[in-house]
Amino acid sequence: MNRRMIEEKFFKCMMLVSLLIVLGSLGLILLTVIKHGLPALNLAMLTQTPKGGYYLGKEGGILNAIVGSLCLAGGATLIAFLVGFPIAIYLHFYAKRKRIAEIVRLVMDVLWGIPSIVYGAFAFILMLWLGVRASLLGGILALAFLELPILTRGMDEAFTMVPTALKEASYGLGATKIETAVKVVIRQTAPVILTAILLAFGRGIGDAASVLFTAGFTDRLPDSLFRPVASLPLAVFFQLATPFPAVQERAYAAALVLTGLILFISILSRALANKMKKHIIR
Amino acid sequence: MQETLEHTPSEEEIRAPRRLIKFNRHDADGLAKRLTGLITLLASLLVPIIAIVLLLRAWPLLSSKPLHDLLLGTEWSPYQGLFGFLPFIVGTLWVTLLAMCVTVPPSLLTAIYLAEYTPSRIRLLIKPLIDLLAGIPSVVYGVWGVLTLVPIVEHKIVPFCTTYLGWLPFLSSENPTGFGVLSGGLVLAVMVFPIIISVAEEVIHAVPQGLREASLALGATHWETTKYIVMRQALPGVAAAVILGFSRAFGETMAVMMVVGNIPQIPDSLFDAAYPLTALIANNYGEMLSVPMYDSALLTAALILLIVVLIFNILSRLVLLRLRRY
Repeated sequence: MNRRMIEEKFFKCMMLVSLLIVLGSLGLILLTVIKHGLPALNLAMLTQTPKGGYYLGKEGGILNAIVGSLCLAGGATLIAFLVGFPIAIYLHFYAKRKRIAEIVRLVMDVLWGIPSIVYGAFAFILMLWLGVRASLLGGILALAFLELPILTRGMDEAFTMVPTALKEASYGLGATKIETAVKVVIRQTAPVILTAILLAFGRGIGDAASVLFTAGFTDRLPDSLFRPVASLPLAVFFQLATPFPAVQERAYAAALVLTGLILFISILSRALANKMKKHIIR
Repeated sequence: MQETLEHTPSEEEIRAPRRLIKFNRHDADGLAKRLTGLITLLASLLVPIIAIVLLLRAWPLLSSKPLHDLLLGTEWSPYQGLFGFLPFIVGTLWVTLLAMCVTVPPSLLTAIYLAEYTPSRIRLLIKPLIDLLAGIPSVVYGVWGVLTLVPIVEHKIVPFCTTYLGWLPFLSSENPTGFGVLSGGLVLAVMVFPIIISVAEEVIHAVPQGLREASLALGATHWETTKYIVMRQALPGVAAAVILGFSRAFGETMAVMMVVGNIPQIPDSLFDAAYPLTALIANNYGEMLSVPMYDSALLTAALILLIVVLIFNILSRLVLLRLRRY
């Protein structure tokens, strides 16, 4: 009896320790980024583009990267939504056999697991064939592949939550499937869809490997779909790779901005979901 | 305009005037069905399309050399046309396996704790934090690795191990920096936490409550119930979670690349620098189109990544799917 209780206590302790390790590493990451990033952060960094000699420690900021990232992720989320939304509708309203829906879901989950560097390489090959150079368009393309499974699965889960009775009520009034989807189900699931969109958007902002050679890098603000565009993760990466401590500190500040942005998005999505949840019929 | 005014409508046109101009709600429904079906079909073909495109571009290299020369060759000098992938494959395996060894015990224990030992109120508090860990961009993980892990490895772990444990095969080091397999593995381990935890927690949570109650009623302790009943039931799903984590670690690029040293060699110890496949692609792709076969070689690396990740992913997803069906 005693041995069994000791085992119980021991494993419970180990679990608590594990939980502490996991949460502790989260805290440590946030602390490290804040500790190193905050001293280097100033208003000029957020409101200016790099001036001459910026990467040698002269003045300027990372506005190009912030705006660039928002454009990249925004465009990619739009495209991923335009493709993912019909898929979610098909899965829930038109797929006749369960088997088909299951296979499509499996494909989406598998797509989710493909490394972003592979998407980057794939998008780069497509760009070569289409004659597009490293540009905003290329980056959007690569990120859209990356975001598609996230968005599709998110919307798919959202649609699953809608009670069948609600759909039946709509059919009963003579509505077609697409009318039910657009006028009833979307309204019901809007907050969850929004959460999925924000999740995908955040993933798009944070990913570096897929935009590494598809979007390029530039000191200018994005002005054309066919010109290279800067992005925050790459700004962090390139500045960290320079040998100058002053520039490396800016990399920490850029990492802080990036982390802050991601935190903001995830808190926003949670708050929106909670706020709008009360209007949902269950 | 003039013509339409003069034209006298026929009997049928008066009866169904709209049908000619506007298409009907049910047509819209049919159109939506076809359109969404087409998009779904195209998206579902994305996996084979990616594989075929990569294969096409990797083919020049794959067809010119026997496969085992490529996979087991240790010489990497693109200008001489030598493409041996072994250092990179071994580098990836070292980093990934180390990450799994570090990450699996705490991840599973955390998943068990969240699913079995915490009231749902606290679980609802902790889960967003774990989602947050999943949402942190890999570059930020890389920055954390460079700022925190690399100095710890360099100043604490390496001196300690070379002094006291240098006689062990994997723990001696000639690499003076902290950039190496250990740092890469540790960063990856933290990145994999949220994946394993969230999938495993879901699987464990889904074990029927009645099984637990039966076991507890027989006098088993909470841990015994977890160990013998719940975990046994959840084992396939937990394995799937671990494999998913493995494939995520296998394909991770930026964070690893920033801390792993990037020297094309077969690492002998935990502290040696390595050069994973992902870092190989990221460091060289896009600028090497002038060297013959180089482009092909890098896409071969991407293809290897894709194939490994696909196999593991499909396997674990099938297991999870089957579990959900019961």
